[in-house]
Amino acid sequence: MLSAQSLAKIDRELAKYPADQFRSAIMGALRIALVERRETGNTPEERCLNADVIEFVANYVGIPPVAAYEVATFYNMYDMKPVGKYKLTVCTNLPCALQGGVNAAHYIGEKLGIGIGETTADGKFTLLEGECMGACGDAPVLLVNNHKMCSFMTREAIDKKLAELE
Amino acid sequence: MLEIEIDGKKLTVNQGITIMDAAHTAGTHIPHFCYHKKLSIAANCRMCLVEVEKAPKPLPACATPVTDGMKVHTASPLAKKAQAGVMEFLLINHPLDCPICDQGGECQLQDLAVGYGNSSSRYQEEKRAVVGKDMGPLVSAEEMSRCIHCTRCVRFTEEIGGYQEIGMANRSEFSEILPFLGKTVNSEISGNVIDLCPVGALTSKPFRYATRAWELSRRKSVSPHDGLGSNLIVQVKQNQVMRVLPLENEDINECWIADRDRFSYEGLNSAERLQKPMIKFDGKWHETDWQTALDYVVKGLNGVANDHGKDAIGFLASPHSTTEELYLAQKLARSFGVNNIDAALRRSDKRVAAAQQGALWLGSSIVELLAAKSVLMVGSTQRQEQPLLASRLRQSVKKGMALNVIHTSDDELLTRINAKLIVSPLALVNALAQVLKAAVEIKSASTTLDLSAANVGAEARAIADSLCAAESAAIVLGNVAQHHPAFAELLSLAQEIGRVTGARFGIAAEAANSVGADIAGVNPQRGPLGKTVSAGIGVSEMLAAPRKAYVLLNSEIEADAYNSQQAVAAMKQAATVIALTAFKGEALLDYADVLLPIAPFSETAGSFVNMEGKLQPFNGVVRPLGETRPAWKVLRVLGNMLNLSGFDFNSAEDVRAELLAHGDIAAALNNQLTSVAANVVADGTLVRIGEVPMYQADAICRRAESLQKTAAAAAPVIALNPQDIAKLGLEAGQPAIVSQGEAEVRLQLVADAAVAAGAVRVAAAHPATQALGGLFEPIQIKRG
Repeated sequence: MLSAQSLAKIDRELAKYPADQFRSAIMGALRIALVERRETGNTPEERCLNADVIEFVANYVGIPPVAAYEVATFYNMYDMKPVGKYKLTVCTNLPCALQGGVNAAHYIGEKLGIGIGETTADGKFTLLEGECMGACGDAPVLLVNNHKMCSFMTREAIDKKLAELE
Repeated sequence: MLEIEIDGKKLTVNQGITIMDAAHTAGTHIPHFCYHKKLSIAANCRMCLVEVEKAPKPLPACATPVTDGMKVHTASPLAKKAQAGVMEFLLINHPLDCPICDQGGECQLQDLAVGYGNSSSRYQEEKRAVVGKDMGPLVSAEEMSRCIHCTRCVRFTEEIGGYQEIGMANRSEFSEILPFLGKTVNSEISGNVIDLCPVGALTSKPFRYATRAWELSRRKSVSPHDGLGSNLIVQVKQNQVMRVLPLENEDINECWIADRDRFSYEGLNSAERLQKPMIKFDGKWHETDWQTALDYVVKGLNGVANDHGKDAIGFLASPHSTTEELYLAQKLARSFGVNNIDAALRRSDKRVAAAQQGALWLGSSIVELLAAKSVLMVGSTQRQEQPLLASRLRQSVKKGMALNVIHTSDDELLTRINAKLIVSPLALVNALAQVLKAAVEIKSASTTLDLSAANVGAEARAIADSLCAAESAAIVLGNVAQHHPAFAELLSLAQEIGRVTGARFGIAAEAANSVGADIAGVNPQRGPLGKTVSAGIGVSEMLAAPRKAYVLLNSEIEADAYNSQQAVAAMKQAATVIALTAFKGEALLDYADVLLPIAPFSETAGSFVNMEGKLQPFNGVVRPLGETRPAWKVLRVLGNMLNLSGFDFNSAEDVRAELLAHGDIAAALNNQLTSVAANVVADGTLVRIGEVPMYQADAICRRAESLQKTAAAAAPVIALNPQDIAKLGLEAGQPAIVSQGEAEVRLQLVADAAVAAGAVRVAAAHPATQALGGLFEPIQIKRG
């Protein structure tokens, strides 16, 4: 289900916690599983977590699958729904909104021909609204695939970013 | 000790307890949903908010520890306002569909809404809806919109059930209680979440829409299944058992019961219930009246006695019968001159009856067992045999008990195991001998048993270390050990380990009245309370050397015997088989000649003696069905008709009084055997592990429809260690054929690393495997 590299990374996560609190490693383990799926998946369905993956990861970590499912569904960043190759999460909380964050989200939507929460027909982009990312000074900000933060997303910056990702 | 004040009442309480616990000791009720005394503290329903002086805002009573001088007001204006506010929030998304809700009338939310809520809601917007979930055939989760997210069910499966099968997915107003996607809730004690659910979200599937809670009468009873003797509340309506709930008994079942105790009542209302006496005549069954049937029985017994002698008659009684029935059965048999009577139907080791000096029992009270620092379970498929005891042992392990296991398969016990020895049934004696040998070395003791064939392994030493080091230790033999052909050896070894290490030892009695059967004198060698009687032969000999006539009490011998193949053959060759039974099973109709309808536990007064030797009397909860009669009455009339003296009882209490006049139960309990030479050499033959599945253990649960739909009741398979599969050239996932004697049975072959090497695990007592022979006898396997 997961590559040897990913399993090695999960082992590292497990080693970070005391023996009686090993279950905390489920958060890192799910993240590692999601990264692998995003990098290797060919369709939006293959890029997100599903019941099989969660069950596998839970069994690997050694907790009941339903406990892992609780974690995976609690946090937004664990993608439980099909997602494009690039998941763009634009912050629309107040400081960003005052700096044009909402406009940035709409601009991206117009450019890609999708609304917020949708994925392009070619499965390349998914546009999402996000909550504060703790970088209000750089507003408006957006996050690519959970891990890459892009600052000062003016129209020009967005054009450039999208061209880069094409 | 701390001085606190609750609602002006001064209290002295222990440090560390919560306001909720303190209020309970003071008799003050604080409303709550998520709090449960047996579960961890969640404090997520907020219903128990109370005012504490000098605290800036209301505090949850269930999660706030008391401090010295604390002044608590549970019903001050501030507390009441907080509680009313919480209630309003809880009701915002609750559908308020009480008129069609199964929980209506026994709903904590309903009750507390009346007590602590407002009469109308200010909320005008749309309520959220949650789709139903499938939790399996026992627990209904169809109306999850009713859920208030107290998480009691989640905590129960994790903490008491041992494995979290239910979880709360998503966040905030999207939170949902669910089992893992595509899975059902398979815990053997899952039904307790129905009682725990404070609303109508989790309800009983078999009971759904059957009746209203307030139409039911509550009657006390005792579980007729495993040896724990769980206390029950049986709820009845119009002379029918509608539902079974736990009756709290801290020493036995706490506030829980196993699913088998809870849902087996469906069997009582089964269409297979025998309602009229029946006689087989010219190969056809005819319903008849009691007089004709009893005349027929008397004639049959006298006929066989005259033609073949009284030794040609055998009495086989189920250990699920009441003490009174068992006492009368042995009195009838012995007064009539028949000494062949036995109730340990699945016991294959006839040496035990000859060597035992008292009724075999747990060796201590259940509470003492659970308090032991080290426990060794020998030959016990714990979660199948005694589901609730397994759960209670799990709680003890959390409190520091070291649980050791010697068994034939490495089953998941959902708890921490200190040390385990997983061996083939033929090496079970050797494994226990290793522990004895290690213990003898540790304690520098000596033993008269020959242990030269036992080579102490690391696990055996760890078990012996654990038993020797603990200030209180216990050794318990489970069903596999009790059914094992070397039960006498296992018991003597346990006795010897007990002597060397100071551990208590005993058996986890298989059936509700296994101990009671011994006490009542249904034992080929011993009379009531150990009275000396002229010895007869036990079940294994009665079936191996067939009798001319059998009297079956409450038993379906094709499923209750150690060797069903042999048992059915013995029944078929007999001139007459007289069955006192509550059910007309297919096999019984085939081999029996007369069926007398007797009352199951719910329709007769009686008593069960549980594994700790505690006699628990109960009354019938409903009238006997049709022309069914309590078995003690049937046996009394039979006694009269056979012109035997001393059969003038007016009630089950009279019968019990006569039995107890023979002596004291506690004095009659004794696990010590007179010496049995132990042969500890392990044998490498391929051998069967024939356990009785949880829901095939007795006639009632065999007919409980919902239990039969659970995963635990799935059709038996052949389970083999993967190495053995490769060695024998078999293929997992394909059907295979196992055979014992003449009979062959074709079942799916499954690779299971938990099964000991050299053993073939094929469940017994199931119709699919009844053709097979002994439970722990050699078995052949080939491709099918």
